[in-house]
Amino acid sequence: MTGKELAAACGFELACGEGDRELGGKIYCGDLLSIVMGRAPADGLWVTVMGNLNSIAVAVLTDTACILLAEGMALDEDARARGEQQEVTVLRTPLPVYEAARAAAKALGVD
Amino acid sequence: MSGLHYHYEVPGDDVTRAGEASGAIKSTLKKLGFDPGVVRKVAIAMYEGEINLVIHGGGGVIDVEIDGEKVTMVLEDHGPGIPDVSKAMEEGWSTASDSARSLGFGAGMGLPNMKKNTDEMTVDSTVGVGTKVTMVVKLA
Ligand SMILES: Nc1ncnc2c1ncn2[C@@H]1O[C@H](COP(=O)(O)OP(=O)(O)OP(=O)(O)O)[C@@H](O)[C@H]1O
Ligand SMILES: [Mg+2]
Repeated sequence: MTGKELAAACGFELACGEGDRELGGKIYCGDLLSIVMGRAPADGLWVTVMGNLNSIAVAVLTDTACILLAEGMALDEDARARGEQQEVTVLRTPLPVYEAARAAAKALGVD
Repeated sequence: MSGLHYHYEVPGDDVTRAGEASGAIKSTLKKLGFDPGVVRKVAIAMYEGEINLVIHGGGGVIDVEIDGEKVTMVLEDHGPGIPDVSKAMEEGWSTASDSARSLGFGAGMGLPNMKKNTDEMTVDSTVGVGTKVTMVVKLA
């Protein structure tokens, strides 16, 4: 399943990128960037509330396939621009982190 | 083999630009066809070091050397230095400012991540003089 397909399945907003990258099926939740750096799985979905430029850098460096911004958190404008440039897919949802990750897990069949 | 050499100046006042040097090295290694696992290790270690240069060291320089056997990263700043390096290496130890924390830094996991993702790492630091971190990732 791609990021775009996940967005359609769960009612998430596609906030950045084309969303055509395939998701590997692993999901990681976290906000402190150096913990995420150590744990985020390659090709995974990263659920977070951090929508700044550094989140984009972390996603690129860890080969995260897709960021899911939970709690209705905003994606900063400079982060969106960098994300478009670096082809990072960012989805948004008003759901809290746990519910957002659960919905994604269900859609990805890894529940 | 003389290898490839890259030099980066990392400004100390702009956290938003941190990640440019590690991002550039990552795509270089990828283009050169390096193993994805090696690329990921170098990217993670160098990003953590780059962030530390910016949020703790007041900016500095990074030199990366790539040869047939290894990637060597040397990060140097003239910031405040680290009074107790072994304490700083502990998971969870952090003196990050509130502004750095609000951006998602300050878990105290940067140096431990660097250690975990490299084959060799040395931290030379003198209070009031600066900090030099040398990291090596072997290719095989
Ligand atoms: N270049 C540096 N100059 C001065 N102090 C440093 C430097 N690098 C690290 N330190 C000190 O070591 C501590 C631990 O660093 P580490 O990277 O592990 O965690 P952090 O940067 O505080 O948080 P995180 O990396 O998890 O976002 C820092 O809080 C700081 O006190
Ligand atoms: Mg750090």
